[in-house]
Amino acid sequence: MDVGFIILILAVLAALGHVVGRRRALALAAKSGVKLHSLPGYYGQTVALFTAVPAFVVLVAWLFVQPGIVESRVSGMIPDSVIPEGGARSLVMSDVRRIAGGLDAVLARDGQRGADVPIEALDFNNIRGRLAEVGVALGGDVPSEVFEAAKAFRENSRTGNLMMTVVVLAVAVVLGMLAYRRIEPELRARNISESFVKSLLLGASLVAILTTIGIVGSLIVETFEFFQRYPAQDFFFSTVWNPQFRGGSDLGILPLLWGTFYVSIISLIVAVPLGLLIAVYLSEYAGPATRGIVKPAIEVLAGIPTIVYGLFALVTVGPFLRDWLAQPLGLGTSSSSVLTAGLVMGIMIIPFVSSLSDDIINAVPQALRDGSYGLGATQSETIRQVVLPAALPGIVGAILLAASRAIGETMIVVLGAGAAAKLDLNPFEAMTTVTVKIVSQLTGDTEFGSPETLVAFALGLTLFVITLGLNVLALYIVRKYREQYE
Amino acid sequence: MMNNISTTMTTTPTKAPAMNEPKISARNVQVYYGEKHAIKDVNIDIRPRSVTAFIGPSGCGKSTFLRCINRMNDTIANCRVEGNISIDSENIYDPKVDPVQLRAKVGMVFQKPNPFPKSIYENVAYGPRIHGLARKKSELDDIVSSALQKAGLWGEVKDRLDSPGTGLSGGQQQRLCIARAVAVSPEVILMDEPCSALDPIATAKVEELIHELRENFTIVIVTHSMQQAARVSQRTAMFHLGNLVEENDTDKMFTNPDDQRTQDYIMGRFG
Ligand SMILES: Nc1ncnc2c1ncn2[C@@H]1O[C@H](COP(=O)(O)OP(=O)(O)OP(=O)(O)O)[C@@H](O)[C@H]1O
Ligand SMILES: [Mg+2]
Repeated sequence: MDVGFIILILAVLAALGHVVGRRRALALAAKSGVKLHSLPGYYGQTVALFTAVPAFVVLVAWLFVQPGIVESRVSGMIPDSVIPEGGARSLVMSDVRRIAGGLDAVLARDGQRGADVPIEALDFNNIRGRLAEVGVALGGDVPSEVFEAAKAFRENSRTGNLMMTVVVLAVAVVLGMLAYRRIEPELRARNISESFVKSLLLGASLVAILTTIGIVGSLIVETFEFFQRYPAQDFFFSTVWNPQFRGGSDLGILPLLWGTFYVSIISLIVAVPLGLLIAVYLSEYAGPATRGIVKPAIEVLAGIPTIVYGLFALVTVGPFLRDWLAQPLGLGTSSSSVLTAGLVMGIMIIPFVSSLSDDIINAVPQALRDGSYGLGATQSETIRQVVLPAALPGIVGAILLAASRAIGETMIVVLGAGAAAKLDLNPFEAMTTVTVKIVSQLTGDTEFGSPETLVAFALGLTLFVITLGLNVLALYIVRKYREQYE
Repeated sequence: MMNNISTTMTTTPTKAPAMNEPKISARNVQVYYGEKHAIKDVNIDIRPRSVTAFIGPSGCGKSTFLRCINRMNDTIANCRVEGNISIDSENIYDPKVDPVQLRAKVGMVFQKPNPFPKSIYENVAYGPRIHGLARKKSELDDIVSSALQKAGLWGEVKDRLDSPGTGLSGGQQQRLCIARAVAVSPEVILMDEPCSALDPIATAKVEELIHELRENFTIVIVTHSMQQAARVSQRTAMFHLGNLVEENDTDKMFTNPDDQRTQDYIMGRFG
């Protein structure tokens, strides 16, 4: 049965449970004369929750586990002989899945035409043509083992789905009944639904946390794989980045880290002073009306897609810097340069600095300003000597968040700074960053097994560790600063 | 140390008022917050080197009127003040008067202690620094220590001047704020419910301090505590709904007030 349909049934069952649960609570209370512990709605809610939530959890778990089981069973049916030379079992398995999907489509179409063909009647000889009719194009010849495997795959999935439907609905009905039976006026339905809600919220946050852990875990595994094939000290300490298709690449991270660092520093040099001045203006000088217009207008900068900034860098800023600065000064002839990317990225992160700092400056208690004015300080003295020092830790946090944003940026760098990995001090030279190289190592015809590809994961993990460090530091500083006024 | 104070006093020359001349006199003062008429035609004379208490039910305008005396209301966007307030016969709402300079002369202590997130030393040195009262580090040290002594805090903090002012107890923080105000050698000190966030022992210390400060400063204090008004002040002014209903010697005010509303308020019949 369709998953969406199962969910719909669950919802209906839950609603039904709510109604009957509520009614039963009221009826029991009326009969025994005992006052209900909770409002009647809570009894209904308890039944509804017991009906829907565990069944739903089972459903989700089943959907996660089933494909793995089916796949491993079917995979055993494919002999090594049909796996093409140099190919992988996983590629054959993806054929199996596609054929199985195609079979479903063929049968559905036949069903519409009124020709009710049983699955057994589909034989190996006509299948390629039939599949092509429904838009599943198969590459070369399909070995009969693969076709059989596809049929088995389909059968297994169907059985699995059927079992899932039965189990899920059974869980819903049984638990719902149990909850219904347990209703009595003394039942603390309110507390039960409270703890249910609590675990629901916990579950939601677990999803986010587990996803993060999963991503990091897979990064770590692939990075480990990479270090099996490429020495770690070369990766971390070599100053040459020169990947080759035919092996023997130099994959030193230093030039990339240097590019990342250089571009980020330039962007911070642009964004921090501007952002801070904006923040001071917005929080201390601008009236509510000005603030209401200026702040959102600046925040728009953060909403512009970075590819648009990249185009701006490529088409406008880069040529401008080359024609007016680099060439007259004899410093370079390239229109992509670290300076181009840094300037444009700086503009992009201005709102990160200004908005966060503005919030932080606003959080400085008015009492401190009053104290300073009361001593005969002017507004700018108050800002410089009382407000900004008080807000400083928070502002540092804001800057670190902006920095981690700059470090992770890709598009602006590709279009603004180019793709040449170089260790150079000249800001008019083209350079590149870690993120850009992650992209370029993974695009094109790649094979997941060579160090040239796996290096992307090592780069990603390094970048992740750096930005995570910055974020943790920033959060720590911001939190410490918050406590100061509490 | 005293000569520091006196030299700084001569740098901002003011007419020394005779004892019978009022230090502060307000004539027909009206204050509006937008449309709201918060202070209605208040006239009052405040004597030099004495403590005047403002009492009255919540929202009657005590803080508002107090903030007129050092023009702190200028920092509130929709607040408008009319009428005339003079200190030493000089109208402080005259366009020639710089409110920033005025506030150096009329210090303020707030309801909640609000030390800056800086060291104890820096808290006290803040005012003298911005007004350039000290030419040398040693002069600044003298100003800081004498202000802390006047605020009765010196003994408790002299060994930890570098630790943060926010780390002191509430009562110590409030005395630090008083020291901070005293350090710029003002002539008038305005206090808006300075003890309302303090426990009885800290309150007693601050009251004692007010008693001593009276020798050198003109003090105006807003308070909700009748006992406190009776203990620290010589004159008391009663506000009600933006009006000044009575201003009298404290002793008379608490034994035999002229106005029925004062009597009701003191007896706890409203507010
Ligand atoms: N910033 C402001 N904007 C608008 N109205 C204000 C503002 N400050 C005070 N008011 C109003 O002015 C009136 C007087 O307020 P004020 O703070 O002077 O009272 P108060 O006597 O000090 O009261 P409390 O004893 O509670 O401190 C009140 O009605 C108050 O609502
Ligand atoms: Mg008040």
